[in-house]
Amino acid sequence: MKTKALTHLKPGDRGVIKEIVAGNCATKRLYEMGLNTGTEVKVVKNDTGPVIVSLFGNKIAVGRGLAEKIMIAI
Amino acid sequence: MNTLALVGNPNSGKTTVFNALTGSNQHVGNWPGVTVEKKEGKFKFNGKTYNVVDLPGTYSLGAFSEDEIVARDFILKGNPDVVINVVDATNIERNLYLTTQLLEMKAKVVVALNMIDEAQERNINFDIEALSKELGVPIVPTIASKRKGIDELIKMSIELIDKDIKPNVKISYGEDIDREIKNLERLLNNKNFEYPSQWIAIKLLEGDKYIYELLSNDESLNSSTEFKDTIDRIKDNIDDYELKIVDKRYEFVNNVVKKAVKRPKEDVETKTDKIDKIVTNKWLGIPIFALIMLLVFQLTFAVGEDLLGGLMSEAMGALGEIIKNSLVKTNSPKWLVSFVSEGIIGGVGAVLEFIPLIVVLYMLMGILEDSGYMARAAYVMDNIMRALGLQGKTFISMIVGFGCNVPGIMATRTLDSKKDRMIATLINPFMSCGARIPVYLVFIAAFFPDKGGLVLFLLYFLGILVALLMGKIFSKTLFKGETSYFIMELPPYRLPSFRNVLRNMWDNVSGFLKRAGTTIFAVVTILWILAVLPLGVEPYSKNSILGQIGTFIAPIFKPAGFGTWQAAVGLFAGLAAKEAVIATLGMVYTGVGEGAALISAVQNAFTPLSAISFMVMTLLYTPCAATIATIRKETNSSKWALFAALYTFLVGWIGAVLVYQIGTLLGFS
Ligand SMILES: Nc1nc2c(ncn2[C@@H]2O[C@H](COP(=O)(O)OP(=O)(O)OP(=O)(O)O)[C@@H](O)[C@H]2O)c(=O)[nH]1
Ligand SMILES: [Mg+2]
Repeated sequence: MKTKALTHLKPGDRGVIKEIVAGNCATKRLYEMGLNTGTEVKVVKNDTGPVIVSLFGNKIAVGRGLAEKIMIAI
Repeated sequence: MNTLALVGNPNSGKTTVFNALTGSNQHVGNWPGVTVEKKEGKFKFNGKTYNVVDLPGTYSLGAFSEDEIVARDFILKGNPDVVINVVDATNIERNLYLTTQLLEMKAKVVVALNMIDEAQERNINFDIEALSKELGVPIVPTIASKRKGIDELIKMSIELIDKDIKPNVKISYGEDIDREIKNLERLLNNKNFEYPSQWIAIKLLEGDKYIYELLSNDESLNSSTEFKDTIDRIKDNIDDYELKIVDKRYEFVNNVVKKAVKRPKEDVETKTDKIDKIVTNKWLGIPIFALIMLLVFQLTFAVGEDLLGGLMSEAMGALGEIIKNSLVKTNSPKWLVSFVSEGIIGGVGAVLEFIPLIVVLYMLMGILEDSGYMARAAYVMDNIMRALGLQGKTFISMIVGFGCNVPGIMATRTLDSKKDRMIATLINPFMSCGARIPVYLVFIAAFFPDKGGLVLFLLYFLGILVALLMGKIFSKTLFKGETSYFIMELPPYRLPSFRNVLRNMWDNVSGFLKRAGTTIFAVVTILWILAVLPLGVEPYSKNSILGQIGTFIAPIFKPAGFGTWQAAVGLFAGLAAKEAVIATLGMVYTGVGEGAALISAVQNAFTPLSAISFMVMTLLYTPCAATIATIRKETNSSKWALFAALYTFLVGWIGAVLVYQIGTLLGFS
């Protein structure tokens, strides 16, 4: 299994969040919004703006700087 | 009186439940972060009255932003008898995360499983009984927007008040953490804290600042070396613990969900996905936003001004004539006739004439708010905002500011970082609020009657531009440091409900009417007195006290092209409330009741170019007193409030002067 930063995934890709390598505060924020390790996400949009991921059909937009630090196993 | 508190994730429908319970009319909108303050209401059931508290949405009790702190403080310190946890059924995992925290606090919880209609549409099915058993709390399925399940919710909540049962879920956090919890529990057990010691222990392991503060006040605990050592040991591992606890809670939630929720494996493409493909498109996103705003203003003009505005203006004129004639007929004193016809009808009436237009504008804004587009506007603006040292979420507070700067500034509470929040607060006054519209409309009618929508759009656009520019300057000078990250839910699009749109419109329009009856009335009265004194002076002339004050201020506006005493007095009055600018002009350009007379007076006193510079000044200069007071309250600093008042004046003046001077150089007049 490979891990890639969320920003390197393409729309339609699915994967499980492996690790978040941001500061503790931002990481906890992400966790508590549903993006904790072990969660499966689907990438909805990833071009120049914030990355949009879907968790069971619910969309969350994550700024690119932060998305770079979310490592996804695919 | 017993108190029920509404707690839940942002945008889960708490305020909708609150309105349904209490018959209140609090602001509802389809984006996270609508409610940023605690709101209270009451309802009666079986002859007894109950208190209900609506709270801002929050993802956890950890509280990052100011609005979340409000929610969490009430949950912890407000002692609600029952917590109604409003859960978005379409997003059950994330929502139940907060529920687990409430259960650990041993709060008496009723879960309102809301948005069941949307869950059904997406084929998400619940075994309510199993869910209730796993969580150990009553669960009531609701569709708050259709008032379904509300009666049951009331019944369940009230029953729970007198029952002596408390939730009893136990989450295992893994060996290490569980051991520390046990250990801390033992140390805390004989102390008399208002929270369960197990919960305090977990919060300590989560690094919760509030709990640390609470314990630091306890003498006996702090003199115990064992406790100190334990805390030191915990602090060494806190980063690890913190995240592990979150993970374990999700593990618990996932187990519950597995047993009680059935969901299709593959999610199908919804209409929200389809709309988002276009609306958030890399190239189309911002043009679409601009187009929507342009459309809003064009429609406002077409319906509010052309269709309804004429009627209103005639009605006001006729009413004015009737009142004036009846006063003259009954031989009322001359001063009274003058005060009523010139002061009240000329001043307050000039403002009221614009009600239809404002109604239409706010209905359109309400539709945008309740559709789900707000979060997308934040999304498409994030890149630009980021380049300026701001972030997308700030843009939401700016759009709210289009209605009124006071809630606009309050909306900055949802921003996580102090830096973002300060900047967003200081630039909000440049967002053109509804109260400034009457000023634009008179000048548009006088000089650009067939380009109303476009002129309005350009003014609003200029407001955004100046706000962003100042934001950039602030983030480079006063507030350096990291911008916080953009994380935002994008809720599904919903058909705006007529009730929500009407309610949000009425919120703004009633404020407008109230101001017309209070602030504007007071301003007009005071100015009228100043305009007819000293005794014997020709009323509304340069020699009246008002004229002398105006003449004294006027020279500073000369470079901007409107150095008349009337304009100066108008702008001065606008510090009380922005409509007062037009109410004052309506009064001082003597004897005008009907809009037409004011418009021709303005045509005589201004040129097209000075009209533009005056509109720019009105847009940018010092916001009204209520806004300044809100800045003071939200920043907790008179210095920042004063700074905001002064720097905006400077920006407004420079803007107006630039417009006039450059325009003159280019040969316009
Ligand atoms: N379909 C559907 N929509 C609902 C239901 N309940 C609320 N809504 C809509 O959901 C949106 C959010 O509702 P609010 O009541 O503002 O949510 P809130 O929890 O108070 O949100 P914040 O104050 O931002 O935390 C609005 O557009 C409501 O009309 C429901 O049961 N079904
Ligand atoms: Mg709300």
